[in-house]
Amino acid sequence: MEWETVIGLEIHAQLNTKSKIFSAAATKFGAQPNSQACAVDLGLPGVLPVLNVEVVNKAVTFGLAVDAHINQRNVFDRKNYFYPDLPKGYQISQLDLPIVGEGKIDIGIEGEVKTIGITRAHLEEDAGKSVHDMFDNDTAIDLNRAGTPLLEIVSDPDMRSAKEAVAYAKKIHALVQYIDICDGNMAEGSFRCDANVSIRPMGQEELGTRAELKNINSFKFLEKAINLEVERQQDILEEGGKVAQETRLYDSVKHETRSMRSKEEANDYRYFPDPDLLPVEVSDELLATIKAQLPELPLEKKVRFIKKLGLSEYDADVLTSQKSLADYFEIMLKGNESNAKLCANWAMGELSASLNKNQIEIEKSPVSAQDLSLLITRISDDTISGKIAKDVFKAMWDGEGGADEIIDAKGLKQMTDTGAIEQIVDEIIENNAPQVAQFKSGNEKILGFFVGQAMKATQGKANPKLLNELLRSKLG
Amino acid sequence: MIDNTELKQIANLAKLTIDTNTQNETIKDLNAILDLAKQLTEINTDAITPMAHPLHMTQRLRTDEVNEYDQSASFQAIAPKIGKQHYLVPTVIE
Repeated sequence: MEWETVIGLEIHAQLNTKSKIFSAAATKFGAQPNSQACAVDLGLPGVLPVLNVEVVNKAVTFGLAVDAHINQRNVFDRKNYFYPDLPKGYQISQLDLPIVGEGKIDIGIEGEVKTIGITRAHLEEDAGKSVHDMFDNDTAIDLNRAGTPLLEIVSDPDMRSAKEAVAYAKKIHALVQYIDICDGNMAEGSFRCDANVSIRPMGQEELGTRAELKNINSFKFLEKAINLEVERQQDILEEGGKVAQETRLYDSVKHETRSMRSKEEANDYRYFPDPDLLPVEVSDELLATIKAQLPELPLEKKVRFIKKLGLSEYDADVLTSQKSLADYFEIMLKGNESNAKLCANWAMGELSASLNKNQIEIEKSPVSAQDLSLLITRISDDTISGKIAKDVFKAMWDGEGGADEIIDAKGLKQMTDTGAIEQIVDEIIENNAPQVAQFKSGNEKILGFFVGQAMKATQGKANPKLLNELLRSKLG
Repeated sequence: MIDNTELKQIANLAKLTIDTNTQNETIKDLNAILDLAKQLTEINTDAITPMAHPLHMTQRLRTDEVNEYDQSASFQAIAPKIGKQHYLVPTVIE
């Protein structure tokens, strides 16, 4: 039987505020255990939560960026469940009236554009962290993360393959960084994905029973976990079994998903409005202010790169896929706007290749955007050829200095002295009579031979354009 | 109407131990509360917006500033069990 996969994603984006959602404790990652958990985060008696204004602003910013309805009156609820890293015995979340309502985002998949619906995005507090392997008979609890603001972004079940799910997750990941609401650091847990996966016979309207996959902390694992789960469900259904509605944990080491708990009991969260918090009002003024301050979104940037800089759609797409890359490229452009295509080629070519090869994030690139921009200038003003520039780039990468410094130190400056090049060309023509004859008899390709000889004689420093002109006039 | 099975389920979710001697009485009390709620549902509320809070006010917001500093030593002094700066609880297996 042919099956159709149906996927919806729940993304938890940690909002990058200085303090927590309901308390004035710090949210900094990596602090000493429990040093950033105050009385509110600990759920001590007599304390009251007070909502952080930045959390509201950032949630609204996200809503506007995905073209969503903003619930100008939204309400916090208590989600009750028992776990030691949740000291109050409930998580403050939003159920019926989330801050962000229905929205949408476009993803690119195999050259086609597909719109993915966003069901909602609600605010909630994160729980603490349980460490199970620190002590033999105890679980250790670190409450630093308790109360960190989260925006849970829930998609419609609009994705039909693991690839689409990854494309959507990457799009949201880039967006939250563009609008500066989340640092997107997956290794530190700032951006986490749960996937609801089900399958149904192709053509059937009704959705199959879904399993919720948790514990996925990279895009690679997201794709693997979904494909694994689809196979598992197919096997069950094809053998005449039934898929259970449950939460499954993805184990990236064993490459398997396993049942975590029965969703039936876990779902009995007994939500009710939190009496400690009044309804939140997003005023018309606030909405207008945030709308006016909304930064350039990835799609807008892409269009600008195409229209103003004349880049191809592909280049503009790659350069805007990550905010960090787009930022780097824009710094390169300063003073080099007329060389936009060359800047793009270098950012996507030599730079990206070197970063990938050495597994370095662009923010930590040994060659800064300003330095690379200067190298581009030196290509465009004919100081060096594109070929020599690759050697200069390598030296820059290895920390030998800036472009000018390296060009000077290594004597790489291009020869633009017509007289000097002419002399070399004359010598080559004199010493290679058979090749000259071939060229004269119409073999255009042999020109490359002369270029090669001249480059060899000048250690690659002859200006290629000048050299070509001279060769043609002398041979012609 | 709540019966014994449901009482056990609720007690389990709320992490409460219900004394077997007071079980029947608790069931009676809970049912009385539910009866009251049932009585309230008889009123037609179609045109009324559900109230999230009894006060007709909106939430005041706090500026995003850190002004709570590390008091973990005082908090941990009243914790039942601590180790390596963590609060310790009996092993939880997922």
